[in-house]
This record gives sequence, structure tokens and C-alpha cells, in this order.
Amino acid sequence: MQDTVVVQMVNITKHFPGVLANDSVNLILHKGEVLALLGENGAGKSTLMNMLVGLYRPDSGEIYVNGKLAEIHSPQNSMALGIGMIHQEFMLVGNMTVAENIVLGMKGLQLIPPLDEIKAKIRELSTRYSLSVNPDKYIQELSVGEQQRVEILKLLYRGAQILILDEPTAVLTPGESRDLNEIIKKMLAEGKSAIFITHKMDEVMEFSHTVQVLRKGKCINIVPTNTIKKIQDLANMMVGRDVLFTLDRGPYHPTGTKLEVRNLTIKLPGSNRAALENVSFRVNGGEILGIAGVAGNGQQELTEAITGLRRITSGEVLINGKNLTNHPPLDVIKNGVSHIPADRGKMGIVGDMSVGDNLAMKKYRTRELSNHLVIKKNKMRSFADRLIKVFGIKTPTRETCAKFLSGGNIQKTILAREMDNCKGILIAVYPSRGLDVGATETVRQNLIKQRDSGSAVLLVSEELEELQMVADKIAVMFEGQIMGILDVKDATTEALGLMMTGVSRRQA
Amino acid sequence: MNIFDFITKLLAVTLAMGTSLTYATLGEVFTEKTGILNLGMEGVMLLGALTGFVTVYFTSSLALGLLVAMLCGAVLSFIHAFLCITMRANQVVSGLAITMFGSGLANYLGQRLGPASNNFNMAGMNLPTKFNDIAIPGLSKIPVFGALFDVSILTYFLYILLPLAWVFMYKTKFGLSVRAVGENPHTAAAMGIPVSLTRYVYTTIGGAFAGLGGACLSLAFTPSWNENMTGGKGWIVIALVIFSGWNPGKVVIGTLVFGGITSLQFSLQAAGLKMFIPSQFLSIAPYFITLIVLSAMTIINQSKKGSFASPAALGSSFAIDDK
Amino acid sequence: MMTFLVPVCSLIISLLLGAIVLRASGANPLKAYFAMLRGAFGSRTKFQYTIREAIPLLMCGLAVGIAFKLKFWNIGAEGQYVFGVIGITWVMQFWTWLPKGMMLPVALLMSLVFGAFWGGIPGVLKAQWKIDETLTTLMMNYIATGIAEYLYITRWKAPRGNMGTVDYPSYAWLPSFWGKIHYGVFFAIALVFILYFVMYKTRWGFELNMIGKNPRAAECQGVSIKKNIILAMLLSGAIAGLAGGIEAAAVTHSLTKGVDNGYGFTGIIIAWMGGLNPFGSILVSILMAALKTGSDALKIMKLPAAMGDVLQGLILLPLLAGSIFTDYKLLFIKKQVAVGEAKK
Repeated sequence: MQDTVVVQMVNITKHFPGVLANDSVNLILHKGEVLALLGENGAGKSTLMNMLVGLYRPDSGEIYVNGKLAEIHSPQNSMALGIGMIHQEFMLVGNMTVAENIVLGMKGLQLIPPLDEIKAKIRELSTRYSLSVNPDKYIQELSVGEQQRVEILKLLYRGAQILILDEPTAVLTPGESRDLNEIIKKMLAEGKSAIFITHKMDEVMEFSHTVQVLRKGKCINIVPTNTIKKIQDLANMMVGRDVLFTLDRGPYHPTGTKLEVRNLTIKLPGSNRAALENVSFRVNGGEILGIAGVAGNGQQELTEAITGLRRITSGEVLINGKNLTNHPPLDVIKNGVSHIPADRGKMGIVGDMSVGDNLAMKKYRTRELSNHLVIKKNKMRSFADRLIKVFGIKTPTRETCAKFLSGGNIQKTILAREMDNCKGILIAVYPSRGLDVGATETVRQNLIKQRDSGSAVLLVSEELEELQMVADKIAVMFEGQIMGILDVKDATTEALGLMMTGVSRRQA
Repeated sequence: MNIFDFITKLLAVTLAMGTSLTYATLGEVFTEKTGILNLGMEGVMLLGALTGFVTVYFTSSLALGLLVAMLCGAVLSFIHAFLCITMRANQVVSGLAITMFGSGLANYLGQRLGPASNNFNMAGMNLPTKFNDIAIPGLSKIPVFGALFDVSILTYFLYILLPLAWVFMYKTKFGLSVRAVGENPHTAAAMGIPVSLTRYVYTTIGGAFAGLGGACLSLAFTPSWNENMTGGKGWIVIALVIFSGWNPGKVVIGTLVFGGITSLQFSLQAAGLKMFIPSQFLSIAPYFITLIVLSAMTIINQSKKGSFASPAALGSSFAIDDK
Repeated sequence: MMTFLVPVCSLIISLLLGAIVLRASGANPLKAYFAMLRGAFGSRTKFQYTIREAIPLLMCGLAVGIAFKLKFWNIGAEGQYVFGVIGITWVMQFWTWLPKGMMLPVALLMSLVFGAFWGGIPGVLKAQWKIDETLTTLMMNYIATGIAEYLYITRWKAPRGNMGTVDYPSYAWLPSFWGKIHYGVFFAIALVFILYFVMYKTRWGFELNMIGKNPRAAECQGVSIKKNIILAMLLSGAIAGLAGGIEAAAVTHSLTKGVDNGYGFTGIIIAWMGGLNPFGSILVSILMAALKTGSDALKIMKLPAAMGDVLQGLILLPLLAGSIFTDYKLLFIKKQVAVGEAKK
């Protein structure tokens, strides 16, 4: 590790209405090193980095780049200083080519950009850093891993020396993560430096030289990664208390099959690819079946097929023995299926309606809350109050618009609605995505409670540790197929990782 | 009259009327490509028609007339841009308001600015000068296609403008920015492109072209002014934008087809042909065709994503702080 | 509080802007506005005219409001209105075999059905094939007007006189009860109450609200988007058609030139200004009606009646600008003017 300091942030403070996002935070990045910025959601890591790339201005404090005081007003400013960021949601235009995306908005671009020269330079960089990508392809044709490579190329093309990556391995398979590691190592060898924003401990251990922990806007600790003996210590620093790594669960006593899927195939219109191919599995009452795999391998299509939101080309969905293939969502709901959808904002709640209204969305048709045509408003109010209390939903009032709640409380609203009187089958898709540790614990505890009370739970998750902690059996999906189903005691990270890259296993 | 003469006449009328539609459609293509829907087209065109007419009536300068028409179109569309971009208003309602205001204003002025001898009404007044067709010797004598070379200067200019617009959109860095802004404004902003400014610029320029399109009606096609003389062409423009897949290079296909159908009525009358179809139905034809074409295009679009899809961010507002 | 302040300020601003237009074209704004005020409310008869004018406006506003609740941009209320008039004319002119007492109710019903049909078509196009409704409803306006024109100029033309059909049989006219104001006003008010009830108190209203605010989440909860879009458009078209039927039965007594008089378009403003709340629409429709009758009075001052249209547009513009205040919460942060989270 070299001694040159490339970036120094001194006493950075940033306010947002009602919250102190960064409280006198100091940060030092050395040349040729990877610094991991670790913290929960809301700890202030993204805010800090957004100031480094000119998306926000600090209220007080200074930033020094290569020893000189820097005023970073805009992303173009920071790029001129050699600092670039790859956001969690890629900044790419789907219907433009790789080459077009890479030069978009570049300073000094000619009126009619010489595409041949540009593509040649892209290819040269690709080889140098092992970032294979075809400059002529449209972004929407690329896989997520390839898109990430385009983002990296974009920064390298513009001469970035300092790269900031926001949760980079969230969208990668274990294999792709290793590839990323190689790419980063090549960049470091050329004198570049990197900052990883993350909340995953394994990312910290695998990639970084130094880890800086933020909590509630303050810098808690800065340690060299190789001095960390126990991951548990890291987790505790991040959260401020002892973190649970195991959960209490009842004995595994599965009852009859409640949810069954047979040879489910979904072909996409206008393409040869199948979103799902011959997927079959069963979930029994009192059992949690986890579905592992990087997002985009058919999980969304699978859960949509089961809940009636997507047309099935062939195969069957059986709910409590009844064939409900291609039945509308209302039938599926009436037959006892509760669904916690992948995208809580877009599918789980109606943001512009009140918390009370959102809580009532499952039951408003029933005698409990309405009669024939009219909704009984006072029944709805007491129903909402009860759920808010039982599930600990933090909201100013029951009339507050749901979109103003924090991510964790929105999820609690959805949980409350779906789990209250769950009729036996629960489908939960990425339920703890984006939640802090406390909310995540609540979600997992509730999943286990449902299972212990006899429900069949289908849990789709990107986090292998979550599945290993919560599920009884784990299936891995890759390119629309089930690669294998393992009992949780056999589901080591290696075994699962292998299946996630397409190596199939006979079913356990 | 033989069939060739009839087609030649049809082509000539189509070109004359299509010129007006083409300018406006081109403008709206750029506006919508940056993500702003301007339903005020009808009002902008009518206002352009009126202001162009009035200016030429009083100054006898065609150039000035065009300039004023473009300016008024630009200003009216600028208001729409201001409401939608800075004030985050609903783009559909704003466009309708602009149509109401623009049309109302045009009609009002049309009844106020005329000579006292005609009750201050502009309707029915004659222009001192208008855009005449200029025939290119030799070329204009070619059967049928000769009509392409016997058009007004406004149409000739389009022969150059359309390919240039295509190059601008797909080969220059400005076109790149335009496409990015309309497809993914967050990304464009992150890459340093001034999203709001881009939208303002192209909405205003789009309005200028629409105003020019309106002036083409009152100064070239039927050199006169009548209340509501655009008769719904502004709405057809909106459909034409969809029909051309938001691609300047394809705009001409739509205007030829639609211009052709609309001019069919004129041409049939000119040819003295008996009309089997009642004239009212013929006048509905453009709107009916628009409806059919729109429906067909939408259904086709849904299967392929590439060439015919609308700009993803069309109609939605954008701000850096939006989550 | 903003929801009250903004429309009032917009009204004031639009009057100021209108004054500028008047001044610039050589008229005295104050005189013009007073003439308009007198024209709208100056005498008992004038007041009645204004209220009478407000009835179809209110109904069109309600019709459009239902669709808007679903974020379905029904620009076609005009065409649905016209088609409704075609419907009632058909019964009035050709169903002469009906007993006299049945004529009016059946005729009104037919205007409702015709309007529903005309509104249902774009609804189906959107629900089934996702075809954008802004243009389809718009095109349907022109098609309806064209069909109407064909009918009253050729097929259904009255043998003598100007452009139009024969008058409806007088026993089937919707009578007035106070000067110019006819019983249609009760229909309109009743509709306000009914729609308020439906939108805010029923299960269907709850579902419509869900669809308008987040159709994907509504779908996840089992709400059928397709069915509801079609139903809502049938209802929307029906009310607009009924508006046409009532106006024809009470005022024009025939299908003539000028049947497309802009009620449908103004209905859009009314729906929007009334905040999509049925009760708000009452006040706004009276305002719009006053603009119309008031600007007719401008002819005496030798001013074009088109001023009314100008003012209509002018009212909307500041209102739209003001939507940033009603829809968003402005947060002013030191050295950074940021527009914060959406409020409503």
C-alpha cells in the first residue's frame, strides 16, 4: 500500500430536513487501495459519496483531492478531478448502444462523434482490464453483469483514477464477484483506487484493504481489513449492538403439500428464450422453501405465475390441490395465497393512499370491512389501528400517505396486511431488501412464525445467508430452471454458488 | 382528366397541405423525444396561422410573416414548457389549456385586428402576396413526380430540412443528448446533461416549427384566414409523431399518407368526380384513419421494442431530487 | 389551505392577464368585465340562463372526473355528448309508436346508452390493447360530429328550415320549472351526490382509487384493471351522453348545427379545477357557465365572443402553475432551493 493520499474528506457535515446525514465525518483514501464504507441503510455512506461526486454539497467541511482543496459542484466537476461513481441503479440508457452510453455527455465531444475511434478505444480498454463487452450492443440486450462492466468502462474511458462502487456485488453471482475482484486488482495495479459502499460483511472481507464503519451519520471506526478476526465484531460495530445470526425456530414438521408447481414453462413473446423452463417443486405446510439465485433468473416470473399476474405457457399451478393455472389474481387470493411482492413501492402499496387504506386492501371485500357495496369506514379504522399496534408500524397517523413511511415500515405494512389471518400459503419475494437490521429481523421472525403456525412459505431471496438462516429447503434458479433443491443442512455457500452459475444437481 | 393527371394533382395538393403538417410534426417529434408531450399543437398552429396572416396583411412581407408566426409558436410552447418543467404541471391538461388559450386568442385576434371596413374581422380578407409555387424547369414536367418540383419554397426547404433533422438526431452529440433525456432523464442528468434546459429548448423550437406549420396553411395552402382553420390538424400531428416512430426520417411517410387522404376530397372535387361517399364521411376520414393507424401501431409496437417504441420518459416530470 | 388559495389566486391572475389582452386590442378591460358580469348575473333571466348553461357543463365535468380518477384521459366527452344527442334524436324522431308518457324517459335512456357506447370504445381499446386514450377519445369527437352532421344535413334533415332535424314532439320536452331553468338541474345535482357516494364510500370507488394511484399494486390485490377501465368509461360516456340528451330535451329540442359546442372540453377544465371532487365541480361549472353567457354579452361592446375562450384558457394556465403548490411540499433549504417530497 502506497503512502500517497488521493482523497481526504475532513469534518464533513450534511443536513437534510429532519435528519443529520453526516456528522463531522473524516475519510482518507490511499493510492492503490480499496476502502470499504460499511454501514446500514441510512448510515450516511451514500450521502458522503454523493458529495464526493458532486451530487450534493456539504454544509461544512473540506474535500482534498491529491492534496489540493476541491470544490465539487457537479458530476462533471468530479470527473474532471478523476473521481467517478457506479450507482446501485445503473445510469445507462437502454435503447442506446454501449458506445453511445460511454460517451454520453462527455466534455469535449465532437459535434459528430467519430464512432469508429470511440469503439476502438473501448475495445482497447476492455482488453486491458478484462472487461469484455461489445460496443455495438444495445444496453437492454446485456446481462446485469455486462451492464456493470459498461459502467466501469464509462469511468475508465473518461480517465477516472478513483472509482466509487455502490453495493457492486448485489447483482452478481459468486463467480461474477470473483471476476470483479480480478478487474479491481488490475485497476489497482495501474495506480487507481476504489471505495466500496456496502452493507455486506463478505464484500468487505473479500475486496477491501481498509474498512470504515459508519453508523447514524458518524464514523465509528476505521480498521485495516486484515486485522478483523471475527465478522461478528464488524456486524456489531455496524449496528451498535449484538446482531442475531441465528433465529429461534420450531421443529421441522411438514404437513401436506399446499403449493405445487409442475413443469411450469413461460415463453417470452417475440423471443426464443423461456423465462421459466419446466420448473417443478412442492411446498408443504409448516415448511419454508427458499429460492436462491441472482435476480433476473426467473424468480419474478415464477412468483407472478403463481399469483396469477403472468400468463403461463404450459405447466400447472396447484394451490391446496386445486388447479389454478392462469386464473386471475383474485382467485388465487381467495384460495388463501398471500403475496409479499418484490418491489414494495410499485407493487406492494399504493403510495398515495393512506396507511389505513393500504392495510385494508386485502380484506375490503370481506364481510369484516364492507357489506355488498359500501365500505364500513369505522370498521376499517379499527382494523387498521389493530394492525398498526400488533405489527409495530411506525406512522404519524393511520391517514398518513403510505409513501412517507420508511422502507422498513412500508414493509411492515405489507407484512401486516398479508400475514394477518394468512390462509396457509405465503409467497415472499426479496422481503428484506433494503431494510436495516432491525426491520430485517422482524421480517425473518414473522416468516418463521407463519411457518410454525402451519403455513407453506415460499421465500425468494438474493441473500444466501438469509436463506440458510430461515429456510428448511433451498432451491436454486438459473436461467429459468431449477438447478437443484437442497436440504438446508446440505446447502453450503459453495454448493449453492456452484448451482447459481448453472451447474445442476440432482434434486435432494 | 386522365388518371395520371389526377394523381399528379393529388400529389401536388398533398405536398402543399403536407408541408404544414410536416413542419409541425417535425417540431413535435423533437419535443416528445425529450420527454415532453405538447398537446397544445392545435392552438399553436392556429395562432401561427393567424399571426402569419396578419403580419403579411399589414407588412406585405412574407419573410416577416413567417418569423412572427414562428415567434408566437415558440412563445406559446415556452409557456407550456414552463408549466410542465418548472411548475411540474400535468402535461396533458397543460397541453389542452394551451390549445384552448391559443385557439381562443387566435380567433379573438382574428375578429379584432381586421380593417374597420370588414367589422374588424380578418376573415375573408385578401393577402397582398402569398407563397407561390416555383417550378424547376425540366424536372417539373416529369409525369406524376414532376409535382415534387413544382412546389412552394416552404416545401423545397423541407427537402433539405428533413434529412438534416435525421442526421442531427442520430449522428450528432446533441441528438444523443436529446434521446438520452427522453429515455432516461436520471441517467442523462448524472452524465451532466442539463435535462430541464434541453426540454425547454426543444419544446420551444418545436413550437416555432408548429407555428411555421400553421403559417403554411394561411399563407400558402389556402391563403386566407378563417376561424378554427386548422380544423383539428394539430391533433393529427400528434398521431403523426407516433406514426413516424419519433424518427425525423420517417415523418414524411405519415404526412404523405395523411396529406393524401385529406387532399383526396379536394382533388375529387377538382376532378369533377362524383362522390360516392358523402362529403361528411370524407371529412371524417383523416380522423378515422388516425384512429385505426394509432391502434395498429400500438399493437405492433408492443411486440418489438426497438424502432417504434416511445421515449420512455414521455409525459412524466423530472427533478433531481425525485426519488 | 393551498387547495383554496391557489384557485383564487389563479382567478385573479387570469383576470389580470385577460385585461392585458383586452387592453392590447383596444378595449377597456373594466368595462368588458362588468359587461360580462352583467351578462351572466345581471338580471333574473340572465341568471337563469347562466344556471341553465351550467347544467350540461356540470354533467360533463362529472363524466370526465370519473375517468380522470383512473388517470384515464377522457378528452372525448364532447363526442360522447354528441353521440348522446344522436341517440335521443333517434328515439324522439322515429319511435313515435311509444306511448306519450314513455317518450321522454326512453329517449333520455337512449342518450345514456349511446354515450356509454361511444365512451366504451376507447375504454376497450385501452383495456384490451393498451392503446393510448388521449388520441382515441379525441378522434372519436371528430367522428361523432361528422356522423351527426351527416345525419342532420341529409338523412334526418327537417324538410324545411335550416340545418337540423325536426323538433322533438312537444309532449316529450323536458320542462322548465323556474323561468329558463329546467328539471335537468335536479338530475345534475343528484348525480353529484351519487358520484360522491360511489367514489368515496363504495368498494368500487376504493378500487378505482387504487387503479388511479397505482395500477400494478391494485392488480396484485386482485382488482381487474381491464374490467374497471371499461366500466368507468361506460359510466363516463353515459353521463356525457345523458348531458347531451338533457340539453337536447330541455333546450334545443333537436339535433342541429352547433351540437358540438365545447361542453365536453370545458368539462375537462371543470373536472380538473374541481379537484376531481364532485362537489367542487358545482362551483366551477357555474363559473364556466358565467364565462360563456358573460362573453356573449361582449357582442354589444363589439368585442368578439372568443374572449370567453381566451379567458377560459387563461384561468387554467396559472392554475396549472399553481399545481406545484398543491401537489408538492416546497422545502426551502439554505443555499439550496429543493423541491421536496410529493405531498398529496
